[in-house]
Amino acid sequence: MKTILMLAMKSLRNRFIMVTLTVLSISLSLTLLLGVERFRTESHHSFTNTIAGVDLLVGARSGPIQLLLYAVFHIGHATNNLSWQSYEEIKALPEVQWTIPISLGDSHRGYRVVGTTPAFFDHFTYGARQPLSIERGDPFDDLYDAVIGAETARRLGYEVGDTLVIAHGAGEVSFIEHGDKPFTVAGILAPTGTPVDRAVYVSLEAIEAIHIDWRGGAPLPGVSISADQARRLDLTPRVITAFMVKLKSPIATFTVQRFINQYPAEPLTAILPGVALQQLWELIGVAEKALFAVSIFVVVVGLSGMLTALLTSLNERRREMAILRSVGARPIHIFGLMIGEAVLVTSMGIALGVALLYLMFIIAQPLLLSRLGLYLGISMVSPFEWLLIGLVWLAGLLVGIIPAWRIYRLALMDGLSVRT
Amino acid sequence: MSRVVELSDLHFTWPRSTQPVLSLDALQVNRQEHLFIKGPSGSGKSTLLGLLAGILIPQHGRLSVLGRRLETLGGSARDRFRADHIGYIFQLFNLIPYLSVVENIILPCHFSPARANRIRHQGTTAHQEALRLLAHLKLTDPALLCKPVNELSVGQQQRVAAARALIGAPELVIGDEPTSSLDSEHRTVFIELLFDECARTGATLIFVSHEVSLAALFGKTLNLPEINRAETLAAEQ
Repeated sequence: MKTILMLAMKSLRNRFIMVTLTVLSISLSLTLLLGVERFRTESHHSFTNTIAGVDLLVGARSGPIQLLLYAVFHIGHATNNLSWQSYEEIKALPEVQWTIPISLGDSHRGYRVVGTTPAFFDHFTYGARQPLSIERGDPFDDLYDAVIGAETARRLGYEVGDTLVIAHGAGEVSFIEHGDKPFTVAGILAPTGTPVDRAVYVSLEAIEAIHIDWRGGAPLPGVSISADQARRLDLTPRVITAFMVKLKSPIATFTVQRFINQYPAEPLTAILPGVALQQLWELIGVAEKALFAVSIFVVVVGLSGMLTALLTSLNERRREMAILRSVGARPIHIFGLMIGEAVLVTSMGIALGVALLYLMFIIAQPLLLSRLGLYLGISMVSPFEWLLIGLVWLAGLLVGIIPAWRIYRLALMDGLSVRT
Repeated sequence: MSRVVELSDLHFTWPRSTQPVLSLDALQVNRQEHLFIKGPSGSGKSTLLGLLAGILIPQHGRLSVLGRRLETLGGSARDRFRADHIGYIFQLFNLIPYLSVVENIILPCHFSPARANRIRHQGTTAHQEALRLLAHLKLTDPALLCKPVNELSVGQQQRVAAARALIGAPELVIGDEPTSSLDSEHRTVFIELLFDECARTGATLIFVSHEVSLAALFGKTLNLPEINRAETLAAEQ
């Protein structure tokens, strides 16, 4: 066994270029297969982790997935707002324990600005019901205070006390800024691995203040209200984008949801975040399955490459096998040598593939977090991934049996003289 | 004088062929004998060597090598027998290209515990024995050991192959036209080195070639077509 393994390793080293290319094709195909699977599970995990402990999510009438995406994940935009009055009425329902209102529509250097209340810092939880914590500074106290996410602070190099200017609109590049009302960084949140890290939080009153001299998404011509003047005005919000609801008892969830969905004053949508997430998975599940199927085919192509390489080398290796037979190697040794080579190539491909997967995730993690707000955790190989790896290894072994069987037959037929 | 090879009434036909390629009434080779077997291409020389090495089994007859009836042994037993007792030298492309010179030589010891034991009983190791054989076969340049085997000259390759066949002192050494790619001067030197080493270990040498000029170097010569009745039998059918 030791001899066969030694021979297999040296034989592979002798065919370095062919083996390297085969190992590379297997490793890349495995990286793709595991990458697709890991992206699926980690993105699910990331999305699921983002919101915890919220029973209902309420916004203007729209689709549940759209509401979930813009309100929680900061992906896409709201089509409409809901009135502050409606919010106040729903908040006052006896079944409601707490609410977190949010107001979207502004940004700072590509990072979304979220108008909210201190309730956000008190009640919002993520992952396994972990509360938010402020790493440096304090929650907003002054009207023009901002609390920024960990990623925002890191990428923009902000510290507590720095000044920032909010831009109108949620795009990466904005041409209209609320430069007359600058904000001061009051606090920086600890990292959460959720879209919270990539946001700037200000009070709802601040959102109202920066838009006090605006109408219909543009500054009123000839009207200018300074930051100090705005402080003296009534800054009660007129509209908000959405709000999260925690009920005193989950039993009331469907009753309150029905009440909100049939709210007479304006068309509203109340969704259960978990159900909406499930709908989202069902929606993208088809694409995920297609991608997974494609990656399986890529693995098949990678292993076919190995089979081709092994089969094409058979004829030139018949004399080598005759020499091995002459020194006492049995046909089973010849069979084992070919299988051993296939197993070694597959194993090297798997090892390189897993290493490439982790390298890819290490490189992609900050990029996905900063560009998509998607936090992909770098975890150990999961049981399902081990299963996929095992299946690829087994497929490599099975692929090795074909040339091994042929050379076994040839070794029996040739004996010590190759009769081509 | 004990017999190393003894066969009688032996017939061999390749699968999917109706004509026998080898049909011998009798053949004996004595211990420490140097037998030269000659014959033109296709006369059954390689087939006979395949039978003596236990790779092929006759359809009929009795085949005894070192007192073992090879035709009665199973495949594994014949493989083990060959690994333990027979050294084989090929005509060309004798070496495994991805192994070093020494690794090529000690390869049989990996498949034969008997050979490894014999080396151990001499109070040496397979590696040291390989170096001793190389030195005896006039391959002493240390740079040679580091060279890839396919960069050696044909003559050097043949001597390395001879060292591989001789390591662990097998009782029977078989050469299948091992000098056909050497010029006459190197050919004679190679055969004399082979004789020396066989004499040292007491091995019997069976050497096959179609070059009749070599026959004079050997103690006994056998012209295979003279004793192979395969063609006669085919004609009778």
